[in-house]
This record gives sequence, C-alpha cells and structure tokens, in this order.
Amino acid sequence: MSGDRIKVLTGNDLLSGDVTWWTGSAWSRKVDDAATVGDDGAAIAASEEAAQRVVGAYVIDAVREDGALRPTHIKERIRALGPTVRLDLSLRPNDPAAAGWIA
Amino acid sequence: MYQYDTHDQAMVDARVAEYSDQVARRIAGTLTEDQFKPLRLKNGLYLQLHAYMLRVAVPYGTLDSRQMRMLGDIADKYDRGYGHFTTRQNIQYNWIKLEDSPAILADLATVGMHAIQTSGNCIRNTTADHFAGAAADEIADPRPYAELLRQWSTFHPEFDYLPRKFKVAIIGSETDRAAMKLHDIGIQVVQNEAGETGLRFYVGGGMGRTPMIAPVIRDFLPPLQMISYLEACLRIYNAHGRRDNKYKARIKILVHEIGADAYRTQVEEEFAHILTLNLEPPPAELERIKAQFVDPGFDAAATDAIDLSDPDFALWVDQNVHAHKAPGYAIVTVSLKPVGGIPGDATADQIRLMADLARDHSFDELRVSHAQNIVLPHVKKSDLYAIWQQLDAAELATANLDLISDIIACPGLDYCSLANARSIPVAQKIAQRFSDIGRQRELGELKLKISGCINACGHHHAGHIGILGVDRKGLENYQLLFGGSEGADTSLGSIIGPGFSEDGIVDAIEKATDVYLAKREADERFIDTYRRIGTAPFKEAIYG
Repeated sequence: MSGDRIKVLTGNDLLSGDVTWWTGSAWSRKVDDAATVGDDGAAIAASEEAAQRVVGAYVIDAVREDGALRPTHIKERIRALGPTVRLDLSLRPNDPAAAGWIA
Repeated sequence: MYQYDTHDQAMVDARVAEYSDQVARRIAGTLTEDQFKPLRLKNGLYLQLHAYMLRVAVPYGTLDSRQMRMLGDIADKYDRGYGHFTTRQNIQYNWIKLEDSPAILADLATVGMHAIQTSGNCIRNTTADHFAGAAADEIADPRPYAELLRQWSTFHPEFDYLPRKFKVAIIGSETDRAAMKLHDIGIQVVQNEAGETGLRFYVGGGMGRTPMIAPVIRDFLPPLQMISYLEACLRIYNAHGRRDNKYKARIKILVHEIGADAYRTQVEEEFAHILTLNLEPPPAELERIKAQFVDPGFDAAATDAIDLSDPDFALWVDQNVHAHKAPGYAIVTVSLKPVGGIPGDATADQIRLMADLARDHSFDELRVSHAQNIVLPHVKKSDLYAIWQQLDAAELATANLDLISDIIACPGLDYCSLANARSIPVAQKIAQRFSDIGRQRELGELKLKISGCINACGHHHAGHIGILGVDRKGLENYQLLFGGSEGADTSLGSIIGPGFSEDGIVDAIEKATDVYLAKREADERFIDTYRRIGTAPFKEAIYG
C-alpha cells in the first residue's frame, strides 16, 4: 500500500480482551474503522483507560488507502488479522490482500 | 498420584475467592490496571496479542483423567475449543475473557487445579521427567520430592518477590528428559556407592538471552534435607541476585559472576545455619506424600506380546512407545505434532479422548511433556492396538516422537506479545517438507526447537537444530543454531551464520540434513555427527 501514513490508537477491550481500534468516538474490533489520532493518541488512551473501556492502549503507525487500513509493523498486522495459523479465527480486514499481509 | 487434602483444597478455594473479588473490583473500577496487573499475573492471566491468555498449572506435569477432562471442557466452555500445551508442562488458553476468569479458576479448583505459580518472580511450578514412576531406567520416582517442593514453595513469603522468576526441574533417572541442567535449579535423584538415595543439585542453568548450563553445587544430599538446602540456595540468590537489571537478575548470572565455588560456599554456610533452625518438614510428611505415588496395581500376568501385523500400528509402536519398568506394560507418548498442525495444540475433543484413554488404560494418569506431547505412563501392551486405533481416529497417532517433525515451538508472534517472529508457520513448513515418515526415520533422532524471540520458550538453545526468530528491520528473520542438547549430554547450540527468511530457513535445514546423511558414521545421530565434524561442512553446504 502506498496511501496516507497515519497514526491510530489500539488496545484491548477490558472485559473481553479483544483487539480494539479507536474510531474517533468509540472502539471497534475492525482495524479499518480506526481513525487518525494525530498527536492526541496518548491523551485519548489515558482517558479511555480511566473510563474502563480499554486496557494497554498505545499509538501505532499505519497506512490508509482505498478504505483499507494496514498497520505498518508486522506485529500490529497480526493483531489486526488474527493468528496467521488459524485463519478460521481471522478478523478479515477490508484490504483484499490482508490474507497475504504477513507472508 | 497425589490427591489434595483439606489444607490444599482450602488454599485453592480461598485463592479463587480472593481473585474473584479482585476481578470484581477491577471491573468496577476501584482497581486500576497498574494495580490489577500483578494480581492477575499471579493467577496466570496474561494479556497477549489478541486477548487475555490463561496459563493453568500442571505441577510436575502429572494429572488424572478428571483433571484432563476439565481442561477439555474449559477449552469448549470459555475458549475457542482448543488449548496449547507448553514447554513448561502446562496448558494455555488463548482467548479468555477477563470476566470469565474467576469462573474458570473455580471450575479448576473443583478438580484440584489452579493457576498459582504460573507467573511472577516466584518459584514457578516444578517440572519433572514425564516418564517419572514408569521409566525402566529410574532410580526413584522424583515426584514425591516435586510435591514436597510444591508444598514448600507455594506462597512462600520469603520467596514471593525474588529478583526474577525461578524454575526447578527434577528427575529420577540417568536419562535427563526434563532439560534439568537448563533450569535455575536442577535436582537429580542419585545413588551413592553405598546404595543410598540422595539428591544432586545443579544450580544456575537457564536459557533465555544468556543461556547457561548449571554446574553441580551439591553432589549428594540426604533427601530429608532437601527443603533446607533449597532454602539456602534461594536465600543466597534472594540476597545477592541483581534487582537493578532484569536481564541480569536470574540466578545463572549470580552463579556465573561470583563463580560456582563461591556460590557453593555461601550456600553451605547458610545451609549449616538453617539446619540448626529445624525448618525441614517432618520425615512423616515425605512418607505421606510417597504413599500417594506408589505403583498402581500392575497385573503380574500382563503379557509382553504385541501383534504388530498392522504396519501403521507397528510403526507407531516403534516410534512412540517406550519401555516400562513393569513387565507387560509400556509408556505411550501421544504426539501433538501432526504434519501441518500447531505443535502442542489439542482440541477439546482430543483432550477429552486422552482423558478417557488414561482412565480406561493408564491407571487414570497422564503426563504433559516439556516437548509438548501427552504421555500415558502405564499402558498394558495388550491394550496398545485398541489405544492406537482410537488415537488414529482422532488424528493423534502421528508416529514421529523425537524425529524432525516432533518440533518444539513457542506460540511466537501469532499469539505472544513478546515475540519478534512467528514460530508456528516455520514448524509447519519444516514438518511438511519432511512429511515422508520414511525420510524422517532415516534421519533418526533429530530434536528441532524454535523460539520466536530471545526469551527461548521454544528451547532453541537446546535443539540439535535450533531456530531463533528475530525482527530485522521490521521483517521476520530466522537464525540457525546447531549443536544444542538438553539430555544427559546437555550442550548449547551456536549460531552458524547469517539468518534466513521463512522459506530460506526450511531450505537451510534440508541442506543440513543432506550433509548429515552424507557424513554420518554407523549409528550416529545428527548431533553426534555435528559434534564430530564441526560446523564447516554444514556452513559450506548452506552458505557456499
């Protein structure tokens, strides 16, 4: 992908532990829903953690193109995708190439 | 095997109640994550890449069918239908919800199980020879000592906040099936020239980023002084182990930096002092525990004859069945390494099947091996065919024990937040490349171990062939090591050269096996040939 480089906020849902992405107003299980947070990521993370909605929130780099969002680092792509060895548990991001993100 | 008494059960029940209250307070917001994290970790609950992960203890790898069945039921009820058996002889669930975790611990407590000592800088669950109490070459069953060690170490107030985590392994045979010398303390049951049983202590081993083989610190200790000596070993570590740098905090660094002789001297001084305090449990307690590890009622009329007319069954018997100390019995290892599968994973149904087989054919006992397989320790040879048929129907009859596809692999970057690279896909590709069982058997014993980061949960330092996954500028890269071993001939592998991509590492291993086949003499294993001819022929084939 060669789209816009952005910063997005991710963490895990406090109760379920699910990987979750900040949409600008709430949290979503789908990486493609993630909104750019610019320089506000740390403040949002602190606020959301204090509100008991997320745990371990942090900012990552990603690229957005044609409505699909691809985290820059392999670890975050695996978090967005699910275990690459259990594609039956995959979260299926919008990027049509997501299944090949890691290979 | 050991059955909980009222004290054991009350302790575990109280722990569940305490943890339930902690989770309730976390959900209510009266505990912050910073406050809650050490509490959940003390109960085995980690936060991993995709979800919470619960690590359940299987002390010294021994469990009964009721406990095993519960592990399968938990996989169904609270997880996604499977569990992962690990190199620490325990099981991990990858998709746990925080709100479910107290109920899981409550369910476990009903069968005398828990997640105590599975995390934190305490004395972790003791590991042991997975053939304990069954092996033909055993001097004594090490599990009574492991159980006494469990009772001493659980919630030990002096050793609950050590400089770093602390792992003890114990064996009762000359054959080391527990990687004993690669633990903080390794204990071997031995006999002296007078025929007396004693304990040999190895202290200061470990893997991780600084692998070390433990030196002998005490050659022979009367068993009734085990707790006092352990107390001394831990006190010296607790007093002098480094707390300023977590990477130098394990006891192996202390023993290495001051030297084994100086460490031994300090331990012996402390040991002499402790003996005056009479801290040792009364001998009757060890005898009480030993009485629960007596041999099951073996059938003296059991026959050694096995009908091997089914070639697939014969292959499995040859590869996965070991000699038992009782005539007419055998030790069965159930491989959790099907070609293309995930090493150590088992579905809920598979777990329950193994529980049923243990109940019906193995005096209700199972073991988890550090090689991520399951052992049925006491099986009548006349039952082997029926067992094999049921295992085969459940895709649990892979005849590959100790062959190249019997790979130890950590969860790696597919699950673990500490990992730098994936381990499981590499294991799958290697197993698929060598899927022909005839080719595997031609290669013979070849222990291949993969870790996805320097923490070495996949024991890569101790593999005849080891693979270490690293992050190289954002890409997965795999370093290749040769020459490691975790047996009586324990050695540490060495990196042989530049790393490889995921596909490249599979090609490199195939080239290495070609060198071995061309150069081996007589009955040499891969590791033997490597030790004899050295690195050069392998490097030439792989990098030349």
